Amino acid sequence: MSDSAAAEHYPDDLLYHPEHDWARIEDGEATLGITWYAQDTLGEVVFYEPPALGTQLRQGEMYAEIESVKAVAEVLAPLSGEIIAVNETLGQDPGPINADPYGAGWLVRIRLADEGEREALMDAESYRALLAGGGASSA
Amino acid sequence: MSRYTAITDADRAAMLAAIGVDSVEELFAAQIPAEVALQRELALGDLQEGRSEQEVYEHLSALAARNVSVEQEVSFCGGGFYDHYVPAFIDMLCERSELLTPYTPYQPEVSQGNLQIMFEYQSAICELTGLEVANASLYDGASALAAAAYMAKGQRGEGPILASAGLHPHALQTLATYARGYGCPLVEVPLAEDGSGRTDLKAWRQALAGAAGARPIIALFAQPNFYGVIEDAPALCERAGSSEAPLTCVSVDPLTLGVLAPPGAYGADIACGEGQPLGGRLDFGGPSFGFFAARSELLRRMPGRIAGQTTDNAGRSGYVLAFQTREQHIRRERATSNICTAQALNALAGLLYLVWLGPRGLRELGELLLARTAYARSRLLAIEGVSALYSGPCFRELALRLPARVEEVRSRCIEQGINPGLALAGLTGREGDQEGLLVAITERRTRAQIDALAGSLQDALSDIVPLRAGGPLLSGAHR
Amino acid sequence: MSATVFERSRPGRRAFSPPPLEVPPVDPAQLIEDRLLRRAPPALPELSEPQIVRHYVRLSKLNYDLDSGIYPLGSCTMKHNPRLHERLAALPGNARLHPLQDARRAQGALELMWRLERALAEIAGLPHVSLQPSAGSQGELAGVLLSRAYHAERGQERPLVLIPEAAHGTNPATVAMAGLRPLTIKSDAEGMVDVADLEAKVSEQVACLMLTNPNTLGIFERRIAQIAEIIHGVGAILYYDGANLNAILGHARPGDMGFDIVHFNLHKTFTQPHGGGGPGSGPIAVSERIEPYLMVPRVTRGEDGAFALDYDQPRSIGRLRSFHGNYGTFVRAYAYICSLGAAGLKDVAEAAVLNANYLLARLSDARVAQLLPLAYGKLCMHELVLSGAPLRRELKVKTLDLAKRLLDHGVHPPTIYFPLLVEEALMTAPTETETKETIDELADAIIAVLDEARSEPELLRSAPHTTPVGRLDEARAVREPVLRYRPEQSAAQAQRAADG
Repeated sequence: MSDSAAAEHYPDDLLYHPEHDWARIEDGEATLGITWYAQDTLGEVVFYEPPALGTQLRQGEMYAEIESVKAVAEVLAPLSGEIIAVNETLGQDPGPINADPYGAGWLVRIRLADEGEREALMDAESYRALLAGGGASSA
Repeated sequence: MSRYTAITDADRAAMLAAIGVDSVEELFAAQIPAEVALQRELALGDLQEGRSEQEVYEHLSALAARNVSVEQEVSFCGGGFYDHYVPAFIDMLCERSELLTPYTPYQPEVSQGNLQIMFEYQSAICELTGLEVANASLYDGASALAAAAYMAKGQRGEGPILASAGLHPHALQTLATYARGYGCPLVEVPLAEDGSGRTDLKAWRQALAGAAGARPIIALFAQPNFYGVIEDAPALCERAGSSEAPLTCVSVDPLTLGVLAPPGAYGADIACGEGQPLGGRLDFGGPSFGFFAARSELLRRMPGRIAGQTTDNAGRSGYVLAFQTREQHIRRERATSNICTAQALNALAGLLYLVWLGPRGLRELGELLLARTAYARSRLLAIEGVSALYSGPCFRELALRLPARVEEVRSRCIEQGINPGLALAGLTGREGDQEGLLVAITERRTRAQIDALAGSLQDALSDIVPLRAGGPLLSGAHR
Repeated sequence: MSATVFERSRPGRRAFSPPPLEVPPVDPAQLIEDRLLRRAPPALPELSEPQIVRHYVRLSKLNYDLDSGIYPLGSCTMKHNPRLHERLAALPGNARLHPLQDARRAQGALELMWRLERALAEIAGLPHVSLQPSAGSQGELAGVLLSRAYHAERGQERPLVLIPEAAHGTNPATVAMAGLRPLTIKSDAEGMVDVADLEAKVSEQVACLMLTNPNTLGIFERRIAQIAEIIHGVGAILYYDGANLNAILGHARPGDMGFDIVHFNLHKTFTQPHGGGGPGSGPIAVSERIEPYLMVPRVTRGEDGAFALDYDQPRSIGRLRSFHGNYGTFVRAYAYICSLGAAGLKDVAEAAVLNANYLLARLSDARVAQLLPLAYGKLCMHELVLSGAPLRRELKVKTLDLAKRLLDHGVHPPTIYFPLLVEEALMTAPTETETKETIDELADAIIAVLDEARSEPELLRSAPHTTPVGRLDEARAVREPVLRYRPEQSAAQAQRAADG
């Protein structure tokens, strides 16, 4: 939909939640965002309000909303933890969520509450299989 | 096959064959369980048999002939809907297939006419009200007020809703129904005791400051109010604008806005109102439209459709529905309202009417209404025993106190072909209104007709034994 | 794009000529405090009448409309609007009747309302009707408020309303406005209410279940009797969303299915012109136990046969709007029922269901079904929902692209992306007033567009190509909002308008 959108890809170094969220885990912290599929389904993002620092996320629960023209996506936390950084620039220009969903389009960084929760997530290969199976619900 | 369907026997046979069933009954029987299927024909009494177009026309025109329209009597009825002249070209345009029969613009590329009309309408409402954003219309004036209060709940959270007793009684009743729904107490601020007919400013200010306990989320009043009295709107909006103060919302008569200050100029957060005076039919009360405008900070909380300008893939200018994520089909239980469309056709008539008037016409018509109302006031108050129910300045409607039973006076005037206006007792239930008659003066009411009203009232009153002070009054049901 | 009416304005032009003043002029400043007066006139446009007419006639020609072609939006029931209805609504006795005219001199209007109420009651299979709600959404609000009032009088506060997954967004939005909380019921593999999920979620906390039947997938909820038993078993109310009543007119009645409250969309089932998005009308019918709470005023008929408005209903939830409802729509709906009679109404549903199933049969063609299969089931009622998920996966073409390309083929596309539970949904209801030929044309157009998707997908992604404007940037309309005309914004456009 967006001309500036990246090509479809699902990096191997990320973990995936079936509701189309990704997590990059490093040293007891994780960066979170939405997948290429999620941003593509949503279409061009026009509004995003970053959550507050210090918010406690719980795995599988909503922590933010992303609005495109005709949809409001509830962003679910793939892992539990406390928000220690937010991507403030997306508040002014949410474009990177479409253009670079795994890079400049990251949403928040959290300090993980329970590293064991990663067992519930999928690797890239399983996530690609989920999408190919057509069992994908909208983001 | 009726005259509106077109499936011939040959069509049916071909269609059933394509579907792979033997009969239409089979299509239904395969889907609707027999236990809930209707096993008989609908019983519609004298509507059982379908009728030809001519018969339907005759039946309904016979019914319509049993109504007394404003063409058949000299009507001074107002109370929210007014007998204004509507230019012929408005009917012509509103009956065009291209404007009458499309649905809401889901496919903007083939709905540019509608979308541009919405955009022009929103622009005209912003100009009229002096506010920054307007939606494409709501159902009517009363439910627009209820929508404003729901918007305040979204913006300010829980809290009481403050409403002036000068609002239209139907608006107050509508607000009460809605507010009970979304769980906000409704606090009514009375009219001043000075007899002006204006909202009691002292009580209003106390209530705004949270005298009743919790701080209100919104304060609503009408300009002019139900009695035609021009409120001190700037004073009623004094606390508006600060981030914690209650929102202020004025329900404004659009035809007064060539003369009276626009809500944006006195700091109202929201202006809404009944659109019928702008080129609308009387239609026994509907459909009409409610207009709704607000300060731009409130855009994301606005109810209803909003059209916006954009460009197409070749860089050409065009229009789309904007900010749809506010709406029910996307945000569901967190939507700003449950409204699905607008009153597009009625709003179109409203736009056409405003364009017809133009800025000078709006002022000229406003001044004419003011002058005719002032004339009527002086003529009617010259009748012995008739007094003004309220002393404040009024626009195109005035409330009189009669020295006799209002219904009896009305009946006598009506016998002479003059409907002198509305009995307030049946509308408001306010004690002082029991002897009140609400008289509306539009540009269709000529000087001669106003004189005839004065004569008719005088005759009626001189025939009726004046009501004894403290005697029994006509008990009207409260509407 | 056409210049706006504001850009066509020139100072000094006018269309309005005021009637003679006839009375002494009044200086507003003499009568009204200065600070209450307007200082500068509103910047409304200044045009002559011929200019106004030409501007709006030109704009009208940029619209697709039902009088010109099929408008097969699912869930919208875009059936023909008989012009007889416009003639009747415009009669002075209707269009020029003041809403507060004394009842004894509005007997025709009140009788029409009374008669329409009786007909709607029979059609719904429920005894009492209020015509007041302005639209379906207001009918829904009435329904939820009535349910609340019913429980409240029994000393119960029930905070929940059950809503199936496939429901219209209006349902949950209405529930929130009525101060209650929606709770979603899953759909089962057949696209119907998952009865096990319903049983798990139902309780005495539930005020009502809001159900559309046939549902938004065009599927009749076959277990409706069981659903009604479950809902009534906990003392809750069963609410019928009348969006799809067209499918069952004269064949089944919500009241017989166990529903307590029904709203009608007069603008759908009883054919009102949609006017570019309103006005609508959303009367409700209710059972005996709900009747005491109905909105005021009620239309009554006395023993002498005289009609009146009754405001004295102490248990009523109150009113939802001014006056008595959208009377203009009552005239049209009543005329429609008079024209059709019982057999004609039954024929409406038959033709609507036959047309939809014929379209479905045409679209079961392998060339379509590979890319755009029916989402659930084999047959449908009056509408069908296809899923463009394979089209998107295999050809990277979205349902949106398909819809835009249909515009180039001269047909209005079906509803897209609703219901939400179907991926890439395409939802269509041809209605009963279309001929077999127009349905064939619609099917042919869909087949042709899918062929194009295979051979030249870019043609779809960049569609439409033949409309007054191309695909519009909806994101820009939100990111850089221009929601009203301002002279400074469009000096360039004004220049163009001056040249044109």
